[in-house]
This record gives sequence, C-alpha cells and structure tokens, in this order.
Amino acid sequence: MAHPYMPNSTAEAKARMLAYVGVDDVEELFEQIPADHVSRSGNGLAPGIRSEATLRRRVRTLVDRNDDCVGNLSFLGAGTWQHHVPAVVDEIVGRSEFLTPVWGTPSSDLGRNQAWFEYASMLGELLGMDFVGLPVYSWGAAAGNALRMAARLTGRGEVVVPASISPERLAVIRTYCGLAEGNQPIAVRLVDVDPATGCVDVSALALDADTAAVYLETPNHLGVVETATAEIAAACRANGTETVLGVDPVSLGLLAAPGDLGADIVVGSTQPLGVHLHAGGGVGGFIATRDEERYAREYPTLQVSLAETVRGERTFGMALFHQTSYGSREDGNDWTGNSVYLWTVANAVYMALLGPEGFAELGRTILSNARYAAGRVAEVDGVEVRWPDSFFKEFVVDLTATGRTVAEVNAGLREHGIFGGKDLSADFPWLGQSALFCVTEIHTADDIDHLVQALKEVLS
Amino acid sequence: MTETTPSAAARLRRYQAPVWDEPLIMEMSGAGRRGNVPPEPIEALDPAAALPAGLLRAVAPALPEVAEPDVLRHYLHLSQETMGMVGISLFGTCTMKYNPRLNEQLAARDGLAEIHPDQDDSTIQGLLEAVHRFDLMLRGLSGMDRFVFQPGGGAAAAFTHAAVTRAYFADRGELGTRREIITTAQAHPCNPATASAAGFDIITLPVEADGYPSLDALKAVVSERTAALMMNNPDDMGIYNPHVKEWVRTVHEVGGLCFYDHANFNGVMGRLRAAELGFDACMFMLHKTFGVPKGGGGPAVGAYGCTAELAPYLPGPLVEETPDGFVRRENERGVGRVREYLGNVNQVVKAYSWLLAMGGDGIKEAADLSVLANNYMEKRLLGLRGVTKSVPEATQHRLEMTRFSLEEYTAETGLTAADVQNRMTDHGIDAFWMSHEPWIVPEPFTPEAGETWSLEDIDYWIDVMAHVLEEGRADPELVRTSPHHQVVGQIDGSSLDDPDRWATTWRAHLRKQGRA
Repeated sequence: MAHPYMPNSTAEAKARMLAYVGVDDVEELFEQIPADHVSRSGNGLAPGIRSEATLRRRVRTLVDRNDDCVGNLSFLGAGTWQHHVPAVVDEIVGRSEFLTPVWGTPSSDLGRNQAWFEYASMLGELLGMDFVGLPVYSWGAAAGNALRMAARLTGRGEVVVPASISPERLAVIRTYCGLAEGNQPIAVRLVDVDPATGCVDVSALALDADTAAVYLETPNHLGVVETATAEIAAACRANGTETVLGVDPVSLGLLAAPGDLGADIVVGSTQPLGVHLHAGGGVGGFIATRDEERYAREYPTLQVSLAETVRGERTFGMALFHQTSYGSREDGNDWTGNSVYLWTVANAVYMALLGPEGFAELGRTILSNARYAAGRVAEVDGVEVRWPDSFFKEFVVDLTATGRTVAEVNAGLREHGIFGGKDLSADFPWLGQSALFCVTEIHTADDIDHLVQALKEVLS
Repeated sequence: MTETTPSAAARLRRYQAPVWDEPLIMEMSGAGRRGNVPPEPIEALDPAAALPAGLLRAVAPALPEVAEPDVLRHYLHLSQETMGMVGISLFGTCTMKYNPRLNEQLAARDGLAEIHPDQDDSTIQGLLEAVHRFDLMLRGLSGMDRFVFQPGGGAAAAFTHAAVTRAYFADRGELGTRREIITTAQAHPCNPATASAAGFDIITLPVEADGYPSLDALKAVVSERTAALMMNNPDDMGIYNPHVKEWVRTVHEVGGLCFYDHANFNGVMGRLRAAELGFDACMFMLHKTFGVPKGGGGPAVGAYGCTAELAPYLPGPLVEETPDGFVRRENERGVGRVREYLGNVNQVVKAYSWLLAMGGDGIKEAADLSVLANNYMEKRLLGLRGVTKSVPEATQHRLEMTRFSLEEYTAETGLTAADVQNRMTDHGIDAFWMSHEPWIVPEPFTPEAGETWSLEDIDYWIDVMAHVLEEGRADPELVRTSPHHQVVGQIDGSSLDDPDRWATTWRAHLRKQGRA
C-alpha cells in the first residue's frame, strides 16, 4: 500500500524511475556502500502506521496525559512565562508558507524576509536599540553569544555575572564560555547580590583590566528590577568594559528601554512575545546593539537588512553574511545555524497587535496583578514575600517560617490544581525555603483567591 | 550523454507570484487603533508610585497602531509573498519534506503547547514518555547508547559534540594537548565553526579526485593532538567515503573521538548505523530528516547521540524510565546545558509521530525512493546541454543527491547558477541550493528530491530548468534580469555590507535616510 506521505511509493512510480535509471533493483543504487558497512541488525522499529486516525489516537493519548497550565492554575515562570497568545499569532505561524520553508531568494521569500525585518524593527523600538540580529536558540544562548562578542571586542578574558542569575541560563553561559583547563576560555566570575535589595551593587563588581563585560538582568531572575543599571553601565564604560543587559521584552511598555539605561549589548527571551510555552520549546533569544560598526562586525547571527532591487523596489537581504560561520567557517564570528526564526513571525504579529498602548497597558496590568498577588500571599501566616516593592511580574515567596519545604507545599498545591512557584531552595540556599512565583495578565482575582485559600489549607 | 529532454515548454504552467506592494507594518499605523487589548489589572496601581521614576519608560515605543483584521491581512499578504513549499522545493542538503498537519494539530494541544518546563515530572509523564520512546527509536537507528534533544538545531548538535569532546578530555587531563579537530572541505561549515568556538584548532582535509579526502591525508594529520574527527558521509555531493571505517580506526588509534554528522541521513536511513561504523557520536536533524517543519530556520532539533563512554558528558537533563515513571535527572559530569530545558520537545513529539507513521518499513522505503529519485534526476539533468556533475570520475550511483555544475553553461552564455535560479522561481520553483562555502565546484546547484515530491513534480522541476537553459541561450538578458514574475526583482546587494546603508531595523533606516 502506498504511504500517504510518499507520492512515489506506488509500484508504478517506482517502476518508471527504475526503468529510466536502467536498474532492475533499487539495491543496485547503493553500490557505493561497502557490504560490510550495511547494518545486519534490525532497527527495532515497528511497521509504519498508515492510518491517520490510528496515529492520532496513539500520539494524542500521550499528549493528553500531561497536566497543563490551562487545566491547572500555574505560577511557574523563571525563564519561560505563560502570557496570552492572541489567536491571530497562531493563525499566522501555522501558515505553511512560514512553517515549512527553508531558504529562498530575496525575491521569492520577500514576505518572510519582511516579517523578519518587522520583527527586528519592532523589537528595536521596544529596546531602544537600532541594530537587531535574527534570534538565537534561547536567552541563555543569546547571553553566551553576547559575552563572547564582548570578549572579542575588548580582547579581555573575564566576564562578571550576578549570582542571582538563573542556574539554567548560567549553565548555558558557562558552556559558551569554555573550560578553565584550556582552549581559550572566558572566565565567568559570579558576584553576590545585596540580600537587602536583591540587586547588584556597583561596588561589588570589582571591575579590573581584564573585565570584558558585566552581565546584568532587569528584572533579574529573582524578579527584582535592578536599580543601579545606569550607574553600573557608566562604571563599565569608564573601565572599557561592555555592559550586557538581559531584559524581559513584555516589561518594556512600562520599564525603561535598555538603550536609555546605557546598555551596550541587549539580550533576552523572545518567548513572552506571542509564543506558547511548548514545555520549553518556545524559547528564543535576541541580541541587539546600537547600530555601530564596532558591534555590527561582531555579530555571529544572520541579520536581515532593508535593501533595494536593481529596479529600485524595496527588498531585504542578509547583511554581513560573510562574517558568519556560513560564510567563513571556523574564521567566522562564533557559529550560527538553524535557530527559532518561525517564532520571529509570531513575535512580529504579537508586537504589531499590541502596539505602544497595548505594551503600556500590559506592563501596568502585570505589575498590578503581581503586586496584588504578592500582597495577598503575604497575608498567609508564616509566608514572607522578599523585596515586595521592587519586582515586576515574579516575586520570591519565602516559606521558611512555615516549617514546610517548598516541595511539600507545591505537592499540596497540586492537590488543588495549582502549580506553585519554582523551587529555589537548592539553587539559592541563602533564600531558605523559597519559591519564585510568576503572575501575568492571564491571572484573575479569582485565581489569586484560589491560590491564597489553597496555601492556607496546605499550611494549616 | 545524449538524453533528450521532453518538450518542456509546452507543459510549463503559467505562474505569477502574488504582488501586494505590502507596506511595512510600521507604515500602517493609524493613531489610536488597537489590535489587542490586555485585561484590566486586578486592582489599580500607579506604576510611578510603585517603582522609582528612573526605572520607568520615558517615551512610548514607536510601534505601529493597527487593528486586528489589518494585522491578520498584512501577515497573510506576507505569507503569500513567500514561495517556500507552496512551489516545488528540491532544496538539496536540507531534505525538504512534507510536514504532516496531524502533527501540527497534536503539538498545538494544551497538553503540549501549554506545558511549563518546570512542572513536576509527575505532571508530564506523557511528554517524558514520548521523549524516552523517541530516544530508544534513535538508538535503534544509530546503535548509540543515549540521545539528548537539547541542541536547537544541527549546528547546536555539532557544538554539543565539541563541548562533550572538551569535557571528555578535560576529565582525562588531556585538554591541554588535545587541541585539534579534523573536518573535511565537504563538512558543513558548522562543524569547523563549532569546534573553533569550543576552543579547538581546525584542520580541514581537501577533497581529492575521487570525491573524498584521502586516508593518507588523514594519517598525515592525526596525532596525540587530535581531539576529534567531525564528518558527513555521504557528503553533499552524494559521494560515500568507502574507507570510513579505516578513518574511524585511524582517529581512534591516537585516542581521538569520531562524530558522524548525519545531515545526509535521508538516503541511508535504515541501512547504516553510526555505532557499527565505529563512530562515538552522531547527530540527526529532526527538522528535516524526521519530517518536522523547518520554520524557515527553526525551532529545530539536532538530536545528539553517543556511546556509553561519552554519555556521562551529555548536557542534562536526561530522561529516564524508572519503576515509578519517567524522570528527568541531571548528569553530574555533563556539560551542563547547551540550551535551556529539554530542548524543542514540541518538535520531538512531531518527529516521534512522524517516525511512528513511517515505521521501519517506511523509512527504508523513503531512503530507497530518495536515492531512486536522485538517480532519476541525475540521468535527466545530465541530458541537458551545459549541465555536468561534480567529480565526474566517480561513476557509481550517487546517494540522495548529486552536486551539479553549470560551469559549461556559464562559459557558453555568461549566465550563472544564480541567474538560472532566479529565472526558475519565475516558474513556481523555489530557489535551489547551490553549495556551502567553500565552493569547490564552480556554478553549483544541488537538488534533492527526497521522498516527498512526486515524479510529476520532479519532472516539472527539470522541465523548468531545461526551459530556462534554452531561454538563456535564445535571450540571455531575459534570464540575467530575472525574476520577472516574482514579487520583486533581483536584489542590489551593495548596501548589505555598507555601514552607511545597511539597516536591520526601521529606525536605523529612517536615521540613515535623514528621516528620523
């Protein structure tokens, strides 16, 4: 029986091709492969399922066995956040023209290139930066790439990273920076945050002649909006150090643009801009700078530029392609490859739908909802919210005084259909039994009531 | 070869790309228009009172103000101005495949799209089971002992290998001396680039007369400094290095590791197992070989697999089956992360579904059909005057794809492969792949039929090329100035590397035009 994915799996098509090629058996076409290279053992795969109905049932059973953040009330964030994804976004990214292609010409893929350019342009407006590369795999990858850019720019070998960073992201940065044992590594030096504020203090940075970059995030991984960003950027500049700033783009209708805070290289996640969680498969990372040649020449990414056709029409092309690994192999800036370009289309649609007012309102709603939730949660006996006056959408809930572990409390909350905050106790022992809670525009007053009631019951 | 072409012109379809003269979304702004309204806050809070003034945004971002239907129509227009797989795409080395819509539907369900990666393992047993089962399937196909799906694409899998190699030798106290990674001129650029990013020195072996580097050339460069070999086989010209087992043995003899970049796996699926050839690690691209969408450049997955000896160095988390269910566990000696979380697991589930649909019989048939279609194409294309193939001395049937050359045609007409490519898009053919850098074949093109495209589509593609080649002989200017039926004409690339003119954002463009 022909397979529905393979038009030529009919006897007739095969026979026509075999006859034209002039062989009797398709095995003859594999003559290049020595006989002793061919596997003699089976591959262990069952026969293929030709019926879509049967296949659908089989895979759906697995997918539907998961508990999700729709059927449950989720307060998980910590690097991937549940925001509303407008229906138009899903409609557009599901279009086959955007979903399936790989690489055309500037003429034949004009529409997709324009969508990419619109992504970079609108993100640049949010960031206050006017050079934006096409995205890399994730925020961590973007941070790793940016720190490597900074090391190349300065010729220095050390980067400074706050100890408040996400361990997940730090692990990616470390992989990108290399191993201390050799192979031209970049040393990653952690600096403590001030426990009183949750922020990095400029005096703690200990900048020296070998400091290539300071990496900061605002809001940081513990939810806190860093207060001394501009001051730190100024100190870095005076030391010849690059300031690499990580930001949450959905905060930027409300919070200051990184370009106005003195950042040199800005990175962050594209996931909040209209991409579902996808169990972590929704992440993407952006890299942006001022449009200065010094920075542009260090990008490892592809970037799409406005251009003209020979007839004077508007078109788009890949700027500075030669400096990538595609153009220069090991001599290129770092390396690049398939990334998350489909999500840039989602990001573009999302940013266009929200517009300036939408981002401002979204920022205000998230800030208000999160502060409301923190206030309500803090009413529960033994529960303390750290830094209650300086966060945007995520906040640290300290359960130490309740005598319960985060794991115990979260297990109890699950009984109420709630995914509690991310457990910080192993990664940040100085915070005791603390969890990072995330509240966004999707949460309602009823949701917060439900959380508070459940917490009270679990802790009773 | 004197194979005649069918009377192509008579059968060509009329094609005209949709032209919308679509403005940029930033040019569609109408003051006060809205495309999406966020929910009202739970209770009023003045941000200026809640956060220090210096941390608040001073000036609103200059985003467009556009109503929802206008946003939808704008991006629909842009989708129509994107040819992609709506035409016929035989984009070689990338193995263009049909992406079953069922898998898109399944991945869009809340049980996958609305899963948070930090959910407790007990709440995502279905997902972890799919990941584990798919790991087992790839183990069967490769002979490797363990896979991870964290790498976000093929290049990220190559980087993972470089990182694993680094960790492996650091653990043995040899990182100081194991400084070199060997690739070949036909290896994908990501292999030398990722190895270099991981701090290794690169040795690139040249391709010789029979289409692959010589064993002697390899023997001349291996030493106690060799950390790894990273190679494809068959390569992008469809040529299989029959000495690959000796290659692996040669590298192993000096203590180096061998990585099999399976970018060209499609033609040998079910026939070759990397571990049986001696490799220590390999990579499959789920976004091509296993039917997952490319997304125009991701989200992709480079599934990285290795032997038990290297498994301790894999990035975590790893998924394992226990008596109590499926769990994620960290890998204590592993490289940490190459990307956050488990990777693009939404794509892994699509690949799992695809492989269930294909089965052991289906992938074998897909490989057979790919190689058969490639040889069909080769015979027809070599019948076209002006078309030759790379390494003509290699007379055996090629695997999966062949790299052809228009060198003779260029000499005859002055028209390049890029000119022919442009003109073919005027006939509803998506741009063909020429070659990775460096071009070791002049005026290259590398079509790959795979199992997705019907014989009629393949014939049409060749008919169009035959027609364009004749057009170029009769009226070279017509081809040189093409495309004529596309959305816009050829790009003038002179601005792309010019700091005064490149513009990756609208604000940069306006500034450079003196309009901001």
